[in-house]
Amino acid sequence: MQLLETRGVGKIFGRVTALEQMDLVLNQGEVLGLVGQNGSGKSTLLKIIGGLVQPSSGEMLLHGKPVRLRSQSDATMHGIGMVHQEQSLVPNLTVAENIFLDKPNPAKAQGLYRWKQLYEAAAAQLRKIEVDIDPRAIVEDLRFAQRQQVELAKVLAVEDLVSHPPIILFDEPTSVLTPEEIRLLFRQIDRLRQSAAIVFVSHRLDEILHISDRAVVMTDGRKVADEPVSALNRESLYRLMVGRQRAIRAPRGIQSDEADPSKARLQVSGLSAGQQVRPATLSVAPGEILGLLGVQSSGAEEFCRALFGAEDNVQGKIKLNGAQISVPSPAAAVQAGIGYLPANRHVEGMLKGRTLVENMALTFGLDYGHRGILVNRRAERQVATEWIGRLKVKTRSADARIDDLSGGNQQKVVLGKWLLSRRLQLLLLDHPTRGLDPGARDDLFAVIRAEAAKGLSVIFIADTIGEVLDLSDRVIVMRDGTMSAEYNLNRGDAPSEEDLVRAMV
Amino acid sequence: MKNMSPTTSARISAQQSDRSFALHARRWLQNLGPLGVLIVLLLVFEAARHNFLSAGNLAAIAEASAVPVILTTGLSFVILLGAIDLSMEGVMAASSMTLSLLCANDVNGNHWGIWGIAAAIGVGLAFGLVNGLLNTILRMPSLIVTLGTWFIGLGIASILFPSQVPTVQDHWVLSIASTHIAGLSLIVFVAIMLLVLFHLLLHYTHLGRMIFAVGGAEATLVMTGLPVPLFKLAAFIISGLMAGIAGVLLSARLGDGNANIGDGLLFPAVSACVLGGTLLSGGRGGVLPSAIGAVVLEVLNNGLIQIGAGPYVRNIISGAVILIVVAVSGLHLRRKLRVVK
Repeated sequence: MQLLETRGVGKIFGRVTALEQMDLVLNQGEVLGLVGQNGSGKSTLLKIIGGLVQPSSGEMLLHGKPVRLRSQSDATMHGIGMVHQEQSLVPNLTVAENIFLDKPNPAKAQGLYRWKQLYEAAAAQLRKIEVDIDPRAIVEDLRFAQRQQVELAKVLAVEDLVSHPPIILFDEPTSVLTPEEIRLLFRQIDRLRQSAAIVFVSHRLDEILHISDRAVVMTDGRKVADEPVSALNRESLYRLMVGRQRAIRAPRGIQSDEADPSKARLQVSGLSAGQQVRPATLSVAPGEILGLLGVQSSGAEEFCRALFGAEDNVQGKIKLNGAQISVPSPAAAVQAGIGYLPANRHVEGMLKGRTLVENMALTFGLDYGHRGILVNRRAERQVATEWIGRLKVKTRSADARIDDLSGGNQQKVVLGKWLLSRRLQLLLLDHPTRGLDPGARDDLFAVIRAEAAKGLSVIFIADTIGEVLDLSDRVIVMRDGTMSAEYNLNRGDAPSEEDLVRAMV
Repeated sequence: MKNMSPTTSARISAQQSDRSFALHARRWLQNLGPLGVLIVLLLVFEAARHNFLSAGNLAAIAEASAVPVILTTGLSFVILLGAIDLSMEGVMAASSMTLSLLCANDVNGNHWGIWGIAAAIGVGLAFGLVNGLLNTILRMPSLIVTLGTWFIGLGIASILFPSQVPTVQDHWVLSIASTHIAGLSLIVFVAIMLLVLFHLLLHYTHLGRMIFAVGGAEATLVMTGLPVPLFKLAAFIISGLMAGIAGVLLSARLGDGNANIGDGLLFPAVSACVLGGTLLSGGRGGVLPSAIGAVVLEVLNNGLIQIGAGPYVRNIISGAVILIVVAVSGLHLRRKLRVVK
């Protein structure tokens, strides 16, 4: 049964056409997988259906009747819920308040709160999706993945709001979830499948093929394919989306030589960070790409942040090129030649409202100036522009504001900030591909490989198992703050996905 | 993934509930911190001067705390938004002059009685409304808006000021300060009543919770389609209202109208909010913590006078205590990447 239809919907932001002539039908009992590269208009389409953005042209029909959604809560009242890529929770309110933030409920009659009823209603919603979170907890006290579950509960509560089947939109919900949490999410989607229309956006083609009934591929704001998933496979989907064949990994000749510590780029002994990282010892060779794999709270992120001086309660010894260094702060780490690409680029990676050149010259711009005192804007520009080209950043100019780029291109710029350095020894990448489409990911990986070939050592935390096998010379799996397994891919180790998952949980 | 054992998920959920308990405990400790400081101060001064905890002195502290508590109650709503209201001294001046010139007095023939009180409080409400409208509709920063209305209030009060100080003769007004129940004036009871009322408003009404939420994630609320400007307007009105009431109570206590009546009350009120744990960045704290902060400052002042400290030494010690308490209570926030402005 047809629930929602968009007819010729388009959206223009300033001079940029984000979406053009979009005709889309959402049916009850169907999961629609929506794929496309960064900046292809997926998010815009989703925001229009979710009431967050008003279309510039075209119309939407809900149950065959034209409808205008003025806001997100308006969409909620029409039974349309959206799980955001970036969370939309109020951090200083309780879980229960957040779940009912955009909906009426009996516990809030006449503007008065009945806390007990509110907590019970919220507990019922949380039970429905089988998560064990206290509805009285303050959201900012929860871990990221738990907040994601609250977000899910909040959106799925629209089920109870309308008599007709709800429409649930998932905007890249899996990019920050662990395999176990993804399994839980898919179970929810399966539970909803019959009684709702679902749109599922993901960059992971496997997920699209696994969970969707129909796939829509978008490029440059247009629909380029709309086919049942049974007619597609990984390769054909990738081709539709990127328009070129997938690059096959070529093995590289870098050997990590742990037997000869004098040659190691990085030597870590007994490094710990609070409860998250138990004393860890490892070394990384020059030019080696070390992949870290682990579920959320495995300690992989904290390990990298500890190396960068961004964690509290860090203990242990760090040697860089054989010399012992101390990194009490990120500034000290940068001074020593360590760079870090943060997982949360919006908060820690980029300066919003500033240009690409300004963002890229932020850390090492002075290296191109005079005697470390005066800046040389011309030299900064030149080298930044060069990297914009090498990283294949899609932008009209190096002076565009970074906010105007899509997520993948923003990430390239943030990476460029580190690559500008002439003295970078070690680059830490914390979920570098989060929110990136396969094309942008391949661009990013190509540059990382090229830099590693020139001698840069890289430690990177992968989003998926496929990714870690794709890029790394060596893989270390972390669990509960300790290293639970190690595979040297260049020496012929070939762990299966099952091996890796077993080491992770 | 698929072969994840049931014991693993049981272990994870046990860890989560442990964590959740620890978090609750930590929140409680944070909230009780200022109360702990209050108790320690009381005990320290009692040890130094043995009649410090006498009924008479406690009543004196209560009388001195009443108006600061009312002011911090109103101010807390604006600070919870992440905004600030500096206008209270000007509002109190305008409210005090309005009251003294409309109620029975020795300068003109007005005899508005209880309506004079209402008018004075109404002046406070009007100031709050103007602050709120300028902030929400013209989108001017609250710091600038309320700095402006502070001086507008002082100016209005000075223009209204007649050739001589108007002495209040209205028995309604004077009885607020002169009526005592159980050794405490009505002013103290008004303060307690307002404190309880606005605490309930903050925690049990949609409006209160949304004012709280604005300080946490304003953009999220806007995108959710909630009328955020109305919540902000309400917070500024509450703050203006409280300053208006404070002007009336102070005039009642002094027995005359005065443009300088609120002098020197703004800084302690802001300090009290911060001391109690209502962060200037918004979204944290509440009216009760702020009120405890206000009482702490009064206890400190009273105790220092009793042990013979002069006004300059009192200033130094009060300032130092504010810094120490805020530093200690903020220890748990001292993460490397937290931004302090």
